Amino acid sequence: MTHSTSASAQDTRPPGPWRMALRSLRRNRSAVFSLGVLVFLAIASLLAPYYARYVAHTDPFVSNVAGSIMLNGQEVDIMQPNDNLLHLGLSPIGPTWHGSYLLGADSQGRDVAARLLYGGRNSLLISFCSAALCLVLAAVVGIAAGFCGGIVDIILSRMMDIMWSVPVYLFAISLSIVTLSDGLHLGPFIIESDNLILPICIIALVYVPYAARPIRGRVMALREAEFVMAARCLGVPRWRIVLQDILPNVTSTLVVLGPLIMAMSLLAESALSFLSIGVQAPAASWGTLIQDGEGLIYTRPMVAIAPGLAIVAVVLALNILGDGLRDALDVRDASHREQ
Amino acid sequence: MKRVLPFLWGLMLPPITAHAAETPQMGGTLRILASSAAGTLDPQISYISLTKFLETPVYDALLTYPKFAGAGAHPVIANLAENVPQPEDNGLTYRLTLRKGIHFSNGQLLTVADVAASFRRIFAAGSPTAGPYYSAIKGAGACLKDPIHCTLSEGIETNPATNTITFHLTHPDPEFPEHLAWMHASILPASTPLHDMGNTAPPGTGPYQITDYNPTTHMHFERNPYFHEWSHNAQPAGSPDHIDVTFGLEPESAVTAIENGQADLMYENVPLDRLGEVGSKYADQVHIFTPLLYYYATLNVNEPPFTSLKVRQALNYAVNRHAMVIYDGGSAVASPQCQLLPEGTPGYERFCAYTAGATPQNPAPQWVKPDMEKARQLVQESGTQGMRVTIVTPSGGKSDNTALDLRSILESLGYKASVHSISPAIHFNFVQNSDNHVQISISGWNADYPSATSFLDTLFACSNFHPHSDNSPNMSGFCDPHIDDMMHHAAQLAQTDRTASNAAWAQVDRALMAQAPAVPLVQTKRVVLVSKRTRNVIITLNDEILLSQLQVP
Repeated sequence: MTHSTSASAQDTRPPGPWRMALRSLRRNRSAVFSLGVLVFLAIASLLAPYYARYVAHTDPFVSNVAGSIMLNGQEVDIMQPNDNLLHLGLSPIGPTWHGSYLLGADSQGRDVAARLLYGGRNSLLISFCSAALCLVLAAVVGIAAGFCGGIVDIILSRMMDIMWSVPVYLFAISLSIVTLSDGLHLGPFIIESDNLILPICIIALVYVPYAARPIRGRVMALREAEFVMAARCLGVPRWRIVLQDILPNVTSTLVVLGPLIMAMSLLAESALSFLSIGVQAPAASWGTLIQDGEGLIYTRPMVAIAPGLAIVAVVLALNILGDGLRDALDVRDASHREQ
Repeated sequence: MKRVLPFLWGLMLPPITAHAAETPQMGGTLRILASSAAGTLDPQISYISLTKFLETPVYDALLTYPKFAGAGAHPVIANLAENVPQPEDNGLTYRLTLRKGIHFSNGQLLTVADVAASFRRIFAAGSPTAGPYYSAIKGAGACLKDPIHCTLSEGIETNPATNTITFHLTHPDPEFPEHLAWMHASILPASTPLHDMGNTAPPGTGPYQITDYNPTTHMHFERNPYFHEWSHNAQPAGSPDHIDVTFGLEPESAVTAIENGQADLMYENVPLDRLGEVGSKYADQVHIFTPLLYYYATLNVNEPPFTSLKVRQALNYAVNRHAMVIYDGGSAVASPQCQLLPEGTPGYERFCAYTAGATPQNPAPQWVKPDMEKARQLVQESGTQGMRVTIVTPSGGKSDNTALDLRSILESLGYKASVHSISPAIHFNFVQNSDNHVQISISGWNADYPSATSFLDTLFACSNFHPHSDNSPNMSGFCDPHIDDMMHHAAQLAQTDRTASNAAWAQVDRALMAQAPAVPLVQTKRVVLVSKRTRNVIITLNDEILLSQLQVP
């Protein structure tokens, strides 16, 4: 009897905010579709080595300009002479729509499709890790500034203002150039210039002000909330208030910011790699792939278009997902969610 | 000393005079496109190919290379001087007579005082070749130390009455006549300020004058009203009435503009991905020629693993030069380079010491294919496998492709290789400085004028290795006194017997390749696109396309 009463009480208890948010998100078809796109691209990218080995039968990191492939029973050169009177120029093979060189070759005779998947691994990894690191740093800064107030707030806020005043790409380019020549030396630790940790840290750092400011504002509002005041009056330690009262209420903001920061990080990574100061050759990212395709835009536009489309797809999906999360988690829009 | 820039002045092989003039057409406005301006207009300061290209019809030196097409456009001929001087006093004295009746574009008469002042100005204004090309003149040492008070009173003797100029040298310089023909020896009015003239073009003696220049947008040429043709081969009269140069259009866009008839000539090479298009649709507007320019990988003989001769030879054996040709646009626009003198240079004799079936002792007539087996064996013998090797390359374009290909080769030979791309703007200085410990770098090299010295001596002589300096063209840090002696002998022979000198330079080329201080990769051609209306494209040995001779209706 007791058991049944307890079970009944559980059934009648209203769902928690996270469960409601998840339910709301599920109803948002655009957000679910976007999530599907992201998961699909992430899985496809993770399978890059298998694609290169078992489908494309190629090493996408080794130049192959003097090579050839069998296509419809015929041996075809990877670099094909242009058909003109002066025999000027060579063009890499275009999309074959076969397993090998599905999207054609780049100027080094490498399989574009395989490099697209490998590039996706690096681009998604960098953008995800950058966004995560950025949010952690932003949470620390935003909560410290918003909760402590006073001199701490002034110092942290002015630092953020200074960082915000520098154009984000210029800031990222400057940091990348500095670290690119000789890596990063942190005491006994040396991060080589071709290590992905460098672009991850740089991108995370430049976007911290963009995430820290809304978090600070949210924390300042929470600091004056009744439940926080009550906890203070009861003599609850400040660190416990932060962990138990502030942080859970900021989490929804962080979750909403996550996809948006990741989208911006992906664009920043692509820009840096396009400028040769992000992911270093022969490693690939969607930015380096676009750079590879820049010199082939007239003859083999697919080399630049394919990674460009991938970037568009991911950024669009992240933004739609971010909107969906905002709708799902925004307490001010609860009426909409209840419908 | 030569600046490494692609598409500099060069050598045309074979001579190309497509669109030869049917009937001379004077007048009209020639429209040229260049992606960017070349900075200062000062002919004694600028060391940029575009400046030389544009200012050849504006300024004159005492001597010049003949301005007609063909391999015969060599050696130098008289220009402002009446004669090519013969060395006297064992090569320590050169005597010339200045032509009479030549005026600058400001109307001022050219005198021997202008000549002496111009040579003083080379030092006073800080010309980049003051040391390398003119330090043999007596008093040049003092001028280099104290440029402002440079007099060259002992080195240059002038006689206004007879219009003669006499140069006195401290030591013989076998290429002094060539240096008198170099752009930095352009003769300017004596009143020209002793500093870089920047965006102001000083008066010259050629058929054109620069009347308007904005380095961000344009440059405009008008005829020099005081010009008269004194020697058609030295400085021919110009065809167009006006020349307009527009800066800022990327080569891709420049191709489209020329195809559409909106411009007549683009300075830059046709981009690789437009070659097929211009070759098929605009073949009669394309001009291909071979400048004295090749690309190579410098191996620092003072940095492991390239301290080992076997490693240097191994990389030479392993490089796939066929792939390098493909990166440059295929066999129509590039050819494998297997030696340190490019085709067309005096002294060039084709050979390939590092290809399948060849050795430095028994070279093949040409490159066939890589010999990876031999390369791996040499690396194994050197005991350097597993070492880290960083390739430094200028970022962008084919240099990146070349570097990545070399990286693959080094990896396959057992090294841990990586590529370090740096801005082209700083690459040249960076790789010259031994403090940067560059192991291997991708570079291009071209000649200021057709000469074996420009390649072999400049790049590999002991005297051109300056440790800890950004100005050390011997980037390999290579120094072999015996080969230095061979080079000195070959240079001296040029004063008396050019054939013997050329043969001696060919020996130097072989001796250097046996030591493999570099990996020659590819010699490239220039592919220039002109508009449909452009006629009389003359490509000379030294001055590339003769701007003044282009005819537009």
